[in-house]
Amino acid sequence: MLQDRAKYSIAGILVATFVGYSCFLYADLPVKNQAVLQAAEKGKMLWQQYNCGACHQVYGLGGYLGPDLTNSYSKRGAPYIRAFLANGTNIMPNYHLSETEIRELTEYLRHLDASGISDPRTFTIQNNGFINQ
Amino acid sequence: MDSSTSKPAAYPVHFIRLGLILLAFGMLFGIIGGLQYVLPGFLKEILSFERTRPLHVSSVLFWIILTATGGIFTYVQEHSGRKIHSALLLRIQFFLFGISTVLIMACYLAGMFGGREYWEYPPYLSIFIVAGWILFLINFLRTTGSFKKQPVYIWMWLTGIIFFLFTFVESYLWVLPYFRKNIVNDMTIQWKSYGSMVGSWNQLIYGSSTYLMCKISGDRSMAFGKKAFALYFIGLFNLMFNWGHHIYTLPTHAYVRQISYAVSMTELLLLGRIIWEWKQSLGSAQKFLHLSSYRLMLAADVWIFLNLLLAIGMSVPAINVYTHGTHVTVAHAMGTTIGINTMLLLAIVTDILFPKQPGSRNGNTGFWLANISLLIFWLSLIIAGIWKARWQMSINPLPFSSMMQQLRPFFMVFLISGTTLAAGIGMILFSLFKKNRHVASNQDIQI
Repeated sequence: MLQDRAKYSIAGILVATFVGYSCFLYADLPVKNQAVLQAAEKGKMLWQQYNCGACHQVYGLGGYLGPDLTNSYSKRGAPYIRAFLANGTNIMPNYHLSETEIRELTEYLRHLDASGISDPRTFTIQNNGFINQ
Repeated sequence: MDSSTSKPAAYPVHFIRLGLILLAFGMLFGIIGGLQYVLPGFLKEILSFERTRPLHVSSVLFWIILTATGGIFTYVQEHSGRKIHSALLLRIQFFLFGISTVLIMACYLAGMFGGREYWEYPPYLSIFIVAGWILFLINFLRTTGSFKKQPVYIWMWLTGIIFFLFTFVESYLWVLPYFRKNIVNDMTIQWKSYGSMVGSWNQLIYGSSTYLMCKISGDRSMAFGKKAFALYFIGLFNLMFNWGHHIYTLPTHAYVRQISYAVSMTELLLLGRIIWEWKQSLGSAQKFLHLSSYRLMLAADVWIFLNLLLAIGMSVPAINVYTHGTHVTVAHAMGTTIGINTMLLLAIVTDILFPKQPGSRNGNTGFWLANISLLIFWLSLIIAGIWKARWQMSINPLPFSSMMQQLRPFFMVFLISGTTLAAGIGMILFSLFKKNRHVASNQDIQI
């Protein structure tokens, strides 16, 4: 049987490390330069309001019914994206978005595209199991 | 501990009943979602997929949370021999959880969103959940009383309650522009909270299943032993630090990936323990197999083994780069929420509503139908995932729609087995509700 003192010590060390790690990460966010266009920020809110993530992925996270849109801006271009947003598809409903909403969502997809590459083919695998881009 | 003849308290049972109703809704919306995969555009104008998915996911999440809560309130009373500290706080918590569940479902049906994955409803509704959870913590602490020489399940419940509260609040840091402005920063914190949150509700459920195991076997020593606490601390360690395996392909800090990879590999100890103790567990299986709750826990054990194997594989970045964003991830999510969480919760529900009763014929048929269907369902998702992994790694991939067309046969199997899985769980539920009516008519309700 483990003594209470030992249990409290182990739990205390783990909790202190967790709190320290969390605070460190909040202060040391991966991207320091946070200059983002207001339209892209509004686009992100629209992405959430229309729950686009139910069908689409960003960096492989999200839904599975539609394609990953992380790098759709550089792959397809703004006019192609606007056409989809304005009309929907046989699976995606037409949300009757306003011109402003289409512009903001497109701007958000441009911001996403500039943040990195999600294509798994761009990763190289190391012998120790790690991956590098 | 021996409370096999005691009557279930009303409010904990209300949590469980509401949880069961949400499980039924979760299965219904799951089948509709499956149909939308197989029949593109199905119900597109009335209930499109961006509504169906959160209706399915949130129903199942609330089934987990509400039933786990009901289970803990019942068991903490049995364990401590005391009544719940404040019946009023419990009622308020039930009201807060109930009202938020109804409002969230209504928002989804009306197409009102604003949140993110798992919690897609307008963010202000989360205040009800946070408030209810704080009351849960207070009531749990006061009911338990002293924390001296407590068994491992008390530690697990406390861990689950505290970490759910923390990670749930953390998952809303995005409301602050500092966290949300850049997508990489936002997703790093989002998946930090989500990864740990899953661990926290697992602690709630595993705590109750450990308690139940002690209760069935009549041997409480297993909950005080060094091995039990060693396993608990490995679980806690993973809850806190393994979340980065969700975001290996996100351009976040390298140390996030490295820490998570190293921590995730400690789960090999859990896997080794299952294999090592397999023979021993078969011995106790024969002894208690006649009990419905024990059979459900045994099924969960098999699912723990299968999903742990999958999880460890997916936690290796070199493998994750293939499986990430594919249906292998869905297989893991379904395998854990249905195979482990739901089986354990059904065991807890069975024990609380019908202690020490053998399974009925309907219940037994449902048990086998659910588990065999889940295996087919799980395998169809893994195969679809491998197919998608091949597609996303190919030099000249087909268009996304063509790839989805190729996956259609797997989606058909997934839909059919998902429907029979729901029927199997439905049969278990039906037998429970049938007995529940009998119990309700024969028992006074406390609190």
